[in-house]
Amino acid sequence: MGIEETKKESELEAEVQLELRQSAPSFQTGFIRGTDLFGYVGIEAVLDQMRRKTMKAGFEFNIMVVGQSGLGKSTLVNTLFKSKVSRKSCTPDYEEKISKTVKLHTVSHVIEEKGVKMKLTVIDTPGFGDQINNENCWEPIVKYINEQYEKYLREELNINRKRRIPDSRVHCCIYFLPATGHRLRPIDLEFMKRLGKIVSIVPVIAKADTLTVEERQEFKERIRKDLTSNGIHVYPQREYDEDPEERVLNDRIRESIPFAVVGTDKEHQVNGNKVLGRKTKWGIIEVENVAHCEFANLRDLLIRSHLQDLKDVTHNIHYESYRVRRLNESNMNFSELVLSSWPLKNGTDTCETESQL
Amino acid sequence: MTSNIRYKSRIPVKTEDSTEEKQYVGFATLPNQVHRKSVKKGFDFTLMVAGESGMGKSTLVNSLFLTDLYKDRKLLNAEERINQTVEIIKHTVDIEEKGVKLKLTIVDTPGFGDAVNNNECWKPITDYIDQQFEQYFRDESGLNRKNIQDNRVHCCLYFIPPFGHGLRPVDVEFMKALHEKVNIIPLIAKADCLTPNEIKKLKDRIREEIDKFGIKVYQFPECDSDEDEEFKQLDRELKECTPFAVIGSNTVVEARGQRVRGRLYPWGIVEVENQSHCDFVKLRNMLIRSHMHDLKDVTCDVHYENYRAQCIQEMTSKLAQDNRMESPIPILPLSTPDADTEKLIKMKDEELKRMQEMLNKMQQQMHDKDQ
Repeated sequence: MGIEETKKESELEAEVQLELRQSAPSFQTGFIRGTDLFGYVGIEAVLDQMRRKTMKAGFEFNIMVVGQSGLGKSTLVNTLFKSKVSRKSCTPDYEEKISKTVKLHTVSHVIEEKGVKMKLTVIDTPGFGDQINNENCWEPIVKYINEQYEKYLREELNINRKRRIPDSRVHCCIYFLPATGHRLRPIDLEFMKRLGKIVSIVPVIAKADTLTVEERQEFKERIRKDLTSNGIHVYPQREYDEDPEERVLNDRIRESIPFAVVGTDKEHQVNGNKVLGRKTKWGIIEVENVAHCEFANLRDLLIRSHLQDLKDVTHNIHYESYRVRRLNESNMNFSELVLSSWPLKNGTDTCETESQL
Repeated sequence: MTSNIRYKSRIPVKTEDSTEEKQYVGFATLPNQVHRKSVKKGFDFTLMVAGESGMGKSTLVNSLFLTDLYKDRKLLNAEERINQTVEIIKHTVDIEEKGVKLKLTIVDTPGFGDAVNNNECWKPITDYIDQQFEQYFRDESGLNRKNIQDNRVHCCLYFIPPFGHGLRPVDVEFMKALHEKVNIIPLIAKADCLTPNEIKKLKDRIREEIDKFGIKVYQFPECDSDEDEEFKQLDRELKECTPFAVIGSNTVVEARGQRVRGRLYPWGIVEVENQSHCDFVKLRNMLIRSHMHDLKDVTCDVHYENYRAQCIQEMTSKLAQDNRMESPIPILPLSTPDADTEKLIKMKDEELKRMQEMLNKMQQQMHDKDQ
């Protein structure tokens, strides 16, 4: 509902601007171009101010990794952020056993690059899809995501709000598909159907060094077909493209998802350079070489170009729809919600029932 | 002896040779006679492949037997697979090489382990194996035993995904359900996504877990002590290499100036038959060239006999309960038993009781051998 409204608004705005320009070409009230100014005003300096402020404040980014055990989730996260941020590298008594239930583990780190600080939280989901009977193994994950939204909502509705609400909402969920080469499996469909509505899912093909280039292309096509025929929308979602430029950029990304990735933390010498790669008897697989695998594309998408967009989509779309859902369910207005003592457990239970969406 | 005289024929021989030849009987030619007869009759072998879809089972079977068994296969999409149950599909192929005929049957198990809830997904497979045993049992106990078709599963290749850190719960449960019915050979599938170190770690881990859970996979028979050292060395290497890490391929690529079966990647070419790349050659040699007959023997002598003993025990315990002198061969359709057939039945009854005692003794021996 909210999305359509904002779309209509923007369309209206565009119409108004067009009318203004058409009606009185010499009397342009809302639109002064830079060339019409007869001096440097300094509006663009606001960008610098913003940049300085955000650098001081730092960013928060919460990323969740979901997939069966052994698909290389921890290694990929370490490779993405070029530091040992995964659960494997951080918990002192990490064991590679398969746990009986799905338990979520969060690990937070503050990493810094060129003066920009980022508080990165990695949420791991060991035990997902590992048992013989995997029915409802996605429920703990859905519950966790909704709980984070609920926490944020509470803070927002508080009378004395903090200036910066601590953001523990999941901004991105990387879903690992095993490189079978065939199609999506029933468990993949079930998971992505349910979670595509509440979080931005980025599917990746894990351990893709077992697929040749042709097999990889065919596999991706089949996956994309399966996703559209089941109505699953993965990030970047088509409906949320704001302008044609973005649409073109995102279309290109959409044509190549899911990315086929290979992860490693070992370096080898190739042609005199030190590269991240996996050394086998038949060659060295260079992780950052686009001809070998699509790790560089994934990293660019997640970190270099769409990091802020992921956060925006989570905040403006997923969180807002959660909020609308909650407020409609409780059927109260804001103040009543704050005054009532609403235990967190009760709140999440009502959210799991898919009422409006 | 007649053979002696035949051998001597009409050639005049010296006295020293004649003493040797007097002692030569000639049944050393028996292996040749057996060989000639089996070549005429041909061999049959039933191989089952089990594992999740996408593990490369079909590709490996095609690579092993250099045929294309799966030409018109259609891959189901995920919605169709949600309601799929485990099926059993048989492909039969007649292969001939240098005059030796092999009737190869591949039993495929699509749908295994693919659903969200995989409880008891191995049940159709164990039922199939039991059915084949039961049919053989019936045929063997029947009156016309000339053309018994042996459909018993001689070997089951189980594909373990290389992605995990060892055996998963579904792997353990499957192997435990089948290890007393069929020879299980576990394989690490799609081994081209593992570096040599990772393969070693995974193999050690899997061997540990197989011991821990008490899974009885197929054991290679011990070498005779009089085999030469090279053979013993090969045998030792084979045993240390299990479970085999295999790669299969349907395509032929150009590598090092030759055309080989392999997979072409941007970073190199994987050769299926290169021993330093994967264990495919070891698996093929073991399965086809050296241990095919042993697999059949173990199926006949151990797994089938276990099934049979169990079956007979159940039947006799039922008899003891009913306390009737009825035919212990309940499978023969005896519509109108006349005097002759009744006598026959009574004879068979006593024979079976005697055989059961022998079986009990054999089971005891087998227990001792296992220990």
